[in-house]
Amino acid sequence: MKTYRLRVNMIECEAHGVCAELFPERVRLDEWGYPIIDSEPIPKALLQHARRAVQNCPKLALILTEE
Amino acid sequence: MTSSSRTATLERAAPSGLPRLLAGYRPDESMSLREHLQLNRPPPRRGATRRGGPLIATIEAAGLRGRGGAAFPTATKMRAVVQQRGRPIVVVNGSEGEALSVKDQMLLTSLPHLVLDGAVLAAEAVGADEVVVAVDRDTRGALASVSRALAERRAAQLDPEVLRLVQLPTRYVAGEETALVQFINGGPAKPTFTPPRPFERGVGGRPTLIQNVETLAHVALIARFGPDWYREMGTADEPGSTLLTVGGAVHHASVCEVALGTPISDAVHAAGGLTSEVSAFLVGGYYGSWLKAGVAWELPLTNAALRAEGAALGTGVVYAFPAGRCGLVAAARVTRYLAGESAGQCGPCLYGLQAISDAMASIADGRQPAVMAQRLHQLFDEVRGRGACRYPDGVVRFVATALEVFEDEIWRHDSNGRCLAGEPPLLPIPAYDGRWQ
Repeated sequence: MKTYRLRVNMIECEAHGVCAELFPERVRLDEWGYPIIDSEPIPKALLQHARRAVQNCPKLALILTEE
Repeated sequence: MTSSSRTATLERAAPSGLPRLLAGYRPDESMSLREHLQLNRPPPRRGATRRGGPLIATIEAAGLRGRGGAAFPTATKMRAVVQQRGRPIVVVNGSEGEALSVKDQMLLTSLPHLVLDGAVLAAEAVGADEVVVAVDRDTRGALASVSRALAERRAAQLDPEVLRLVQLPTRYVAGEETALVQFINGGPAKPTFTPPRPFERGVGGRPTLIQNVETLAHVALIARFGPDWYREMGTADEPGSTLLTVGGAVHHASVCEVALGTPISDAVHAAGGLTSEVSAFLVGGYYGSWLKAGVAWELPLTNAALRAEGAALGTGVVYAFPAGRCGLVAAARVTRYLAGESAGQCGPCLYGLQAISDAMASIADGRQPAVMAQRLHQLFDEVRGRGACRYPDGVVRFVATALEVFEDEIWRHDSNGRCLAGEPPLLPIPAYDGRWQ
């Protein structure tokens, strides 16, 4: 079984906030609009949401890692 | 003369006790190659195979840990580089961004060949053919001394490796490993996203071993005298000696060499003792932690003992803060400087450190100190762990421990308004030209 986690490249991130909109189960925004990401493994049921958030980040700063 | 007595006159006997690194040290004078070879003999080369040289196992047996702040096991770092594909390269990290620390600058200025010996021996052990010596461009004495030392070694054809000097911009994070690599590769001295880590892909895309200046000086001695000698002082888990920069309310602010595990009180005595009563110690510098004087005084200088109190040895700074002065005002000034040292690449670091600095300034000025102290705790949670590098975490630790240690001051500010114990300023703020290139 692979473990999937969400990460953000904070250097690339420009606080568009798309991730929090598409994946509120695991992403919320801080007071400046930057994502605070829950680093727990993502269960299968949520993987689709995670992928959609990754694909729609305008800066391609969201990363889904698998181990 | 028998051969054994000749050996005795040619080789430096393993020093018992201290000094180790600072043997032959003369303040503000650079030891020439001739003197260095007389004292230490040439670096003892032992060769290397594709899986690394015997020196790696020796360093592992010695238990040497990095002296640049993170205390990472040096041999582990070397092995990680050896295991990569491609010819490794070694970087001597001479960026001493920590404002209170001058020990690396002092080694580069006074004992450059000890550091360079460590660098070429490390290069041999990992199979590197090139060494980049990275020195802060504002440390004129260190630059001059290293330039001269490199020329001496070249003239003497001492090293098979190619050694070159790189001058670094004076920024706090310029010594962070990815920032160092990006700068040497022609970019700004700002951290980059990881992976890849420098040991995987660093300078010129090569596996890169980055070691702190003092760490390499230890390597030079361990290669000569062996792991058992190294372990003659220090503790079982944290063996050897270490350099400290002791400052603040002491008679002779200075760099001194002590055995790991030496209590802070002994380090203070080595710097001439206290000039006044002290309320707190800042251990590890601006990237370190504040400790109440009563807690710190008899605390042994090991990471194990310091960790139990929420601190770490870091770059070996011990700063005595005088009683009767306001730690919050001093910390607020430093926080403003530290916020300005953010590379500004990550939102939570750029905006978060600015907000933390504003809240600290508010407390220092007696504007809503109790409210601002609460606000700070919220900001710590928002900033900690959220940069591409660990810089913002260090600033949070500095401010959070200042709030803890000087908690009583917050209430004094609440009732009295502006604090008068803030002048004249304590804790130095380095001047810098603001460039990253």
